[in-house]
This record gives sequence, structure tokens and C-alpha cells, in this order.
Amino acid sequence: MYAWLWRHLPGTLALKLVQATLLVLAVVALLMFVIFPWIEPHLPINNVTVPGK
Amino acid sequence: MSEADGSAEHGLAVGDAPPPVDPPGPPGPPTGGGGRHGREPDPHRVGDLVRTLLRGLGQLLVTAGVIVLLFVVYEVYVTNWFAHREQHKVHTALEQEWNKGELALPESGLAALDGHGIANLYIPRFGQDYAWTIVQGTNDADLEKGPGHYDGTQLPGQKGDFAIAGHRVGKGEPFLNLDKLRAGDSVIVETQTTWYVYCVIGAGPDNAACDPSAAGASLSHTYADPSGTKVPGREIVSPSDGDVILPVPSDAAVPAQQASTRYLTMTTCHPKFTAAKRMVVHAVLGQTVPKQATGNGRYDNAIPAQIKALYTEVGN
Repeated sequence: MYAWLWRHLPGTLALKLVQATLLVLAVVALLMFVIFPWIEPHLPINNVTVPGK
Repeated sequence: MSEADGSAEHGLAVGDAPPPVDPPGPPGPPTGGGGRHGREPDPHRVGDLVRTLLRGLGQLLVTAGVIVLLFVVYEVYVTNWFAHREQHKVHTALEQEWNKGELALPESGLAALDGHGIANLYIPRFGQDYAWTIVQGTNDADLEKGPGHYDGTQLPGQKGDFAIAGHRVGKGEPFLNLDKLRAGDSVIVETQTTWYVYCVIGAGPDNAACDPSAAGASLSHTYADPSGTKVPGREIVSPSDGDVILPVPSDAAVPAQQASTRYLTMTTCHPKFTAAKRMVVHAVLGQTVPKQATGNGRYDNAIPAQIKALYTEVGN
């Protein structure tokens, strides 16, 4: 998967490195700002309340 | 994994696994540069496929592991950045309202202030920097801003129970160290007009006052009083135990109108990183320090000497 991606990145080694870094950052940002905030309320780890009236 | 179709390039790819080594054995026709993907039925083909699948599986598992680690980073750090930003907003808004002489807390209809700052919370045991604006309401969005005041519980300083909930890990983690509180520790609630100093109830039964003889003692983890009417300093309860935030905690027989003691109750999750239980800390009102009115519904927000002294007491 990663080897395939690497082979298909165009350009020189330096250029490939830059693109790969950007891709990694994009995936991390997607996880941190979209996927995790969406998934988190469904996980039973963060309930701090007791039922009120 | 579409590597099988790209197998001809295997030996060329940078960063890829080294090209498969020909196994020893009955030598076929000599394999020279690129000749090993020949036309004859080739054991290498199957080997390549297995290798590709295994590598794909390995990468998938490593990726899953990295994602789980990133989730931990998100929970422990990233949610804190978000929460502190939200907390800053509600804190500033509350400050501005106080300075304008607005926001006298309504006796009823407090729910209309959902997500809105209503008071400030200070705990000298946790240091000078520990200051949180308490918001109204305890839904997820409220608690991402800071500790939240349970709808339907009393206001600061009132007879009954001023009950608040806060996150233990992540989301600003206002109640991360709630278990470090000791008997007699001050929990300060600042409203627009008044400083209320609550005192964490000592270990053992006590439902009216803060026992000075218990000051400094660690709070017991559990406390079960057979009569069920005494309020402990700390209790670990089931997540469904809503009675801990009653006007008299755990005593459903006393309605708010008849409550005679002014409690503060804080709830958070327990143990850390789980929601298996709730940790609950109860305090009772000790001193009340009114702010100086400066006219037009405004009050002097300077920290009074009595409040500063509470920090020196615990060495902060």
C-alpha cells in the first residue's frame, strides 16, 4: 500500500518526501479534526455526569 | 493492495522490500536481470502474491496501531486545546457581563443560560492557576467548555446542593485531580456578587459542617452509612446514582424547600479514562464574602484578602 503510493508519487526523491509528509499531515488532520471528534461521543470513556432531575 | 499487478517494478521501487531472493534448488534456466518473471509456470508468482498479502496485512496492522495512538494523543492533548479555547470564550463573556452590570442569576429559568458562564471556580489546593468558569448545563457541548452546573440543582450559596460535573481526562480536564482533595480543602465559587467558600467534608459521617478536626485528612474512597442520610466527603458511585446531587445528597426525603445545609457537589468519571463509576466530592458552605457594590449593578472583582489567605494555607 505504502510502497505503491511511494512509486506513484511523481518527481525526485526530495519532491516525493515533501508530498509524503503533506499526505501524512493531511491524514492526521482529518483524524484529529473530523473523525475523532465524530467518533468520540460514541465511546464510553468520557461520561462524567450522573442523571439529574 | 494492488501490488500484485505492479510486481514487475518490485526491484526498482525505492524504500520497498528487497527483491525476492531465488530459493536454492534445482536451477531453472539462469535468471538474469528481469528474467525471473518469465512465461513458464513460476513458483515465484505464488510467492510474490503471498508476500504482497502478508506485507499488506502487516502495514494495515501497523497503521491501525498508529491510529489508536493518535486517538490517545487526541484525547489527552488535542481536546484540551479545544476546551481551553471554548473556556476562554465563556470566561471572557462572563467577565464582560459582570463589568457591564448584567447577569444576575435568575432563580428560575436558569436552563435558558445553557452553555453560558454563570460563576467562577477556584481550588487553592490545585494552585493559583486553577480557575474555571462554570457553565450552565451538563450536556457534552457544555462540558467541553468547562465544568457544568446540573440543571435543577441550586445556585451557589443557596440551601440545597450546587452540583457541578467536569471532565477528568481531556476536554480541559478540570477535575483531573479531584481525588487529591483533602478534608477541609476550600472550593471557592465566585459569582457576580459574592465569593462562596465551600469546605470539603472530612472523612466519615458529616452532613452539616466541615469538621475542623478532620482537616488535611485524605478523603476515604468509599463511605457507606447504613442510615444513608449522612453526606461523605467523597464517594464512588454507580453512573446511574442520581441521588448524589439531591438538595441533601443521597437523601430523597428532603425537598429543596426544607434543605437547611448549603452543599456543593462535584462529579467526574472514575477511574481515569473510563466511565465505569463516578467520583463524587461533597463540600459544605463555610465563609461567604460579599463583593463591594460599585453602582449600576457592578461589583468590585478584586480578590479579597480572606480568599488570598486560603492559598497561603495550603502553600500555594
